[in-house]
Amino acid sequence: MAETKDILIDYVLHLADNSMILGQRNAEWCGHGPVLEQDIALTNITLDLIGEARSLYQYAAELKGGDSTEDSMAFLRDVTQYRNTLLLEQNNTDWAYTITRQFFYDVFHYYLQEALINSSDERLKEIAKKTIKESTYHVKWSSEWMIRLGDGTEVSHLKMQNALNALWEYTGEFFIPSTSEMEMQEKGIGADLNALSIKWRSKVEEILKEATLSIPESSFQQKGGKTGMHSEHMGYILADMQYMQRAYPRAEW
Amino acid sequence: MEIKLEEIFQDKIDQEIKIEPRDWMPEKYRKTLLRQISQHAHSEIVGMLPEGNWITRAPNLRRKVALLAKVQDEAGHGLYLYSAAETLGMSRDEMLEELHSGKAKYSSIFNYPTLTWADMGAIGWLVDGAAIMNQVPLCRTSYGPYARAMVRVCKEESFHQRQGYEIMLTLTKGSEAQKAMAQDALNRWWWPSISMFGPNDDNSPNSAQSMKWKIKRFSNDELRQKFVDVTVAQAELLGLTIPDKDLKWNEERGHYDFGAINWDEFFQVVAGNGPCNKQRLKARVDAWENGAWVREAATAYAEKREAKANNQIEAA
Repeated sequence: MAETKDILIDYVLHLADNSMILGQRNAEWCGHGPVLEQDIALTNITLDLIGEARSLYQYAAELKGGDSTEDSMAFLRDVTQYRNTLLLEQNNTDWAYTITRQFFYDVFHYYLQEALINSSDERLKEIAKKTIKESTYHVKWSSEWMIRLGDGTEVSHLKMQNALNALWEYTGEFFIPSTSEMEMQEKGIGADLNALSIKWRSKVEEILKEATLSIPESSFQQKGGKTGMHSEHMGYILADMQYMQRAYPRAEW
Repeated sequence: MEIKLEEIFQDKIDQEIKIEPRDWMPEKYRKTLLRQISQHAHSEIVGMLPEGNWITRAPNLRRKVALLAKVQDEAGHGLYLYSAAETLGMSRDEMLEELHSGKAKYSSIFNYPTLTWADMGAIGWLVDGAAIMNQVPLCRTSYGPYARAMVRVCKEESFHQRQGYEIMLTLTKGSEAQKAMAQDALNRWWWPSISMFGPNDDNSPNSAQSMKWKIKRFSNDELRQKFVDVTVAQAELLGLTIPDKDLKWNEERGHYDFGAINWDEFFQVVAGNGPCNKQRLKARVDAWENGAWVREAATAYAEKREAKANNQIEAA
């Protein structure tokens, strides 16, 4: 029984960490966007992602019990305990990388919510009902930017194709199930990643076609984030994010 | 003719009738407002930087979200203000050009560094507090678009100020290290905050005209005094000490007396020699230059779309 609970916690943390780490990355843009309106738009998305992560961390903390809180979940776990995919911790690099990373996640995130609103876990179902409204808007926003920049100028096309080529190898990890994802799917709690993969691919192809961008031929896919084998970026992300909680243990803010 | 128009204009102002973009206005009124509103807009977007500096390091999730939303509000204020300024005949891009070239100024307070988390509290409490003192009267300023933009800005600013004060309150209720952090932030932000109201009245050349045109409604010194008077009690409630040995209640005046401001430092910072002037400007210029290809692509794409739509109409 306890084991099932641990698996559920691991699964919830995986969902939370994905949105948290992308939110943390996007937050670096605040005040530095290419145009004021888009600075605001990306921050809106970031606020949604961190908001969703909070709901999930609160749930994980309740499942875990003891003195766990949303903050202990986010700030007191170390690199190998984080469960986000590698894509989401990649550097912002520039607006092309940021939009491409966002688009890949948004499409995945949207279909994931579509599955989770039918979860047998009531709490995940409730969170997904709220999140799907937000991710519907996110997909629309990042798809439009993929198209606008892919089919904009020669320069923007090249930058987008480069970003796409560089980030493509991190997209496969979404669909390679971890042990907890497999178990959660069997129990009707988690999403069917195979079904999700087909929907994701079809939507991504549709948008990339309109954006005049092409999927790179190399099919090698990186993985590891879901099991805590992160890139070197992750340590720096957490060093930044967790600095206050580590420097002043148990303080109230 | 000119004299007649100017009389009608002043008459409207005296009767508290708002001046609107299409109304006749003296060139100097237009220029003064354009300078003031664009400076204010620039202050909002440069002001995103010192606080933005702490978003990735906010101490918990609730604070992170609140700070992110606050900095986003500042971007929104920048948008309203640029729009208000555009009604006076200058485009946002032109205004930004002036910011980037160093021709246009922004509030000097943002040229100070944010060193600790307590600075997020001190900025909200003091800097936003001082801004509100300045801005509330601007909700009744004579130029309609500016006054209306300021109504929206002020609502959000007072929320930010309470949020900042609450950060300070939490720190002063915390550990010794947290209390020290709060005191240190007050020490560093106090003098720059009371300098925000600008030079003393006898050294503020444009003030009289701005008062006559009801762009300004209170003098720099009046607003500064008001700010000091309300802030002393707030500091006491926090158990923090304002770093001014000359600060004391003056029964006769019914106000607090306070020490002399270091105007040399103020004018040095205005002139570009503050601790972060170069970094702040560079951050804005970098954001603009790195975003150029994005803006160009968006324009090119919009043009393609339009051309396509026109072709379809012709074909039909």
